[in-house]
Amino acid sequence: MNHGPLIFLGVFFALALSWFGLVFEPQLQLGNAQPTTNVVNTAELYPQRRPGLAKQGLDVYRSLGCASCHSQQVGQTGRTYDVALNDAGTNRAAVVGALLKVMPGATAAELEKLVAGPVPLKVLKDVTRAVADAAVGKLEPTGAKAEVNVIPTGPDIARGWGKRRSVAEDFLFDQPVMLGSQRIGPDLADVGSRLPVAERHLLHLYNPKIFEKKSVMPPYRFLFEKRKIGREPSPDALRFNSEFAPERDCEIVPTDQAKALAAYLLSLRADAVIFETPMTVAVATSTNAPAVSTNAPVAAATNAPAK
Amino acid sequence: MVLAAVPSVPPVALAEIDSSCRVPVLFLFACAAFWVVTASIFALIASLKLHMPDLLADCPWFNYGRVQAAQMNALIYGFAGQAALGVALWLIARLGRTVLVQPGYVVAGAIFWNAGIKLGILGILIGDTTGYEWLEMPAYASPILFVAYAIIGVCGLLTFHQRREPTLYVSQWFLLAALFWFPWIYSTANLLLVFFPVRGVLQASINWWYIGSLSGIWFGFIGLAVIFYFLPRLTGGPLYSNPLAMVAFWTLALFGGWGGIHHGAPLPAWIPSVSTVFTVLTLIPLLAIAINWNKTLGPANWRESLPLRFVLFGAVAYLLAGALSIADSLPQVSQTTHFTFFTTARTQLLLYGFFGMTMFGAIYHIVPLLTQSEWPSAKWADRHFTLAALGIALYVASLALGGVFQGRALNDPSKSFLDVLRIGLLFFRVSTLGDVLMLAGNGLLALNLGVWLVRCCRACCVPAIVAVVKPQMAGLAR
Repeated sequence: MNHGPLIFLGVFFALALSWFGLVFEPQLQLGNAQPTTNVVNTAELYPQRRPGLAKQGLDVYRSLGCASCHSQQVGQTGRTYDVALNDAGTNRAAVVGALLKVMPGATAAELEKLVAGPVPLKVLKDVTRAVADAAVGKLEPTGAKAEVNVIPTGPDIARGWGKRRSVAEDFLFDQPVMLGSQRIGPDLADVGSRLPVAERHLLHLYNPKIFEKKSVMPPYRFLFEKRKIGREPSPDALRFNSEFAPERDCEIVPTDQAKALAAYLLSLRADAVIFETPMTVAVATSTNAPAVSTNAPVAAATNAPAK
Repeated sequence: MVLAAVPSVPPVALAEIDSSCRVPVLFLFACAAFWVVTASIFALIASLKLHMPDLLADCPWFNYGRVQAAQMNALIYGFAGQAALGVALWLIARLGRTVLVQPGYVVAGAIFWNAGIKLGILGILIGDTTGYEWLEMPAYASPILFVAYAIIGVCGLLTFHQRREPTLYVSQWFLLAALFWFPWIYSTANLLLVFFPVRGVLQASINWWYIGSLSGIWFGFIGLAVIFYFLPRLTGGPLYSNPLAMVAFWTLALFGGWGGIHHGAPLPAWIPSVSTVFTVLTLIPLLAIAINWNKTLGPANWRESLPLRFVLFGAVAYLLAGALSIADSLPQVSQTTHFTFFTTARTQLLLYGFFGMTMFGAIYHIVPLLTQSEWPSAKWADRHFTLAALGIALYVASLALGGVFQGRALNDPSKSFLDVLRIGLLFFRVSTLGDVLMLAGNGLLALNLGVWLVRCCRACCVPAIVAVVKPQMAGLAR
């Protein structure tokens, strides 16, 4: 009897199973992903395409193999919750009464002072979702406005490498997607909002030792042109204020590639608040800010699901 | 059909089989030896660049990202791919007791393959990399590799089809599955990533699938075929259990190609979870293989045979790499080890410790059979084992340990990134020594093969050329 074809098919399907699971099925799920109005509390489409220069910069990043040392994935291990009092309302006594139940260690006199003080007031910090919800539940009946702030946590976020974990949407328009698998250098998923100045990136590319004496990043001097200063210095020339400056009559001018790469680095931002990654954008707290901000719609962008 | 009934023709004599394999298999081996030395040199440059960032910094061709990619491609496609094909063809012919079909086409395919790799690596160095790990060769090189593989693969299949030995040995199962699997994954990955790219992180999923399949199935299967053939053969006993080997084959075919997607990846959560589940399930084939090898080995004297030493080293490295990859797939572990040198150590243990060493063993066994002569220097071969074994052990141990420390520091935000890096680089310096040792060992293999080639040329080619040229010279003189 000849089992050949049967065995062949058997092996074929056994091997094809991983193709089905890791290629075909994800394609069905993500293959037609479109930018959607997924940003919390706005009608903005996310993600947006990178600007043209940044797109060229992605090619420079690919060509130089930057991804072999830099990952672009911010990890997140969990979430923690704060409760903030945004408006104490008019019934101060009731608010203080509720706060006494919510904040065990505090005395009434202290709380009086706090409630009279500036808002938003952090009532609870670093608690679980249940505790935070219970606190809001006690504060709201008094006429105060309280909210739960969602704060992503994890070592990457603590390092300032991002505000939330990276999600599939962040990479929708990139070609190629270079997530990286090594962290010989810092993660770059959110470097554009961490270091938002192009010249900083250019100086760093020209000589990483300007910023970190012990950096192991190679200098990318070949992305720059060193030339004699002509009648007047080039407006693009790098401005050094240290021993790393070139000779007095020379200037360092970034090439188009360097400019594109810097534009790409600036475009690396993973800070949009979208529904996949609940978080609350920190509202700037100024000590003497009025209770209601007049010029900006700082509607707290919490995307925590409705209770 | 491929596995169709076998004609009842008497088997071909061993000497005839070997002589049919001689030119193509030796050509593949010689090229593999060239590439393994090239890869070692690239590896050394890349390694040194992490110690001295200013080294070759003004030469964009030798930028770290490019050298690193060139090294991986030289190792994977140049060395591992060609050594695998050479050993696979010889094994298919030997186990089928038939001559290799169309050796001329195999040589042509191998020449294409090498041309493709040279073009591809040149492309990487000038900056045309695709940006996908293990698939960095640009779009103008990968189709050449595919065609070259197809030519060689078809010759392998035809040889298998003409086999005169009716019973199949487990190695043939592994080889045949691997022969089919490479064109599938290589074409799928290249088409969906480079030629008609899919959107967004789907690219990452496909890239990881390719890496997992290539290392788990292709390298895994061919390496296992070689170990399953050589262990009984070199120790002189039969394979302990054929059914157990078949269990390993089927379970590995099912679970082997899923590995490598870590839990923090920006993908839908089910994808890393499925990847983890299947990777943990590879424990079944791993145990089946370990028991089988252990019982097959018996009280063999591994000191006597050099190929056996290489193959045994490869076998142990395979089990170790399998265990590490299972451990690494667990989210609790990968949270520490991911993005660190631990990953590098694991990959290198599989590629060089398991696959490379197994192939070296096979090469040291096969070449004397094909050439009907001894190695020019048995001492060099012996040194090669010592250097390679020491080198890879040093490399893997230092980077695996360093990776764990580095990962723990990375997860502790109170340590600055520079401190994290310093911990990693401390161990990385030791691994550079491993790189040097491996380069020296690989150099000895290349030297041994080179000397043999020169001798062979002197023995066969020079008289042949003289025979052709001399009458003409005489005619001219007259």
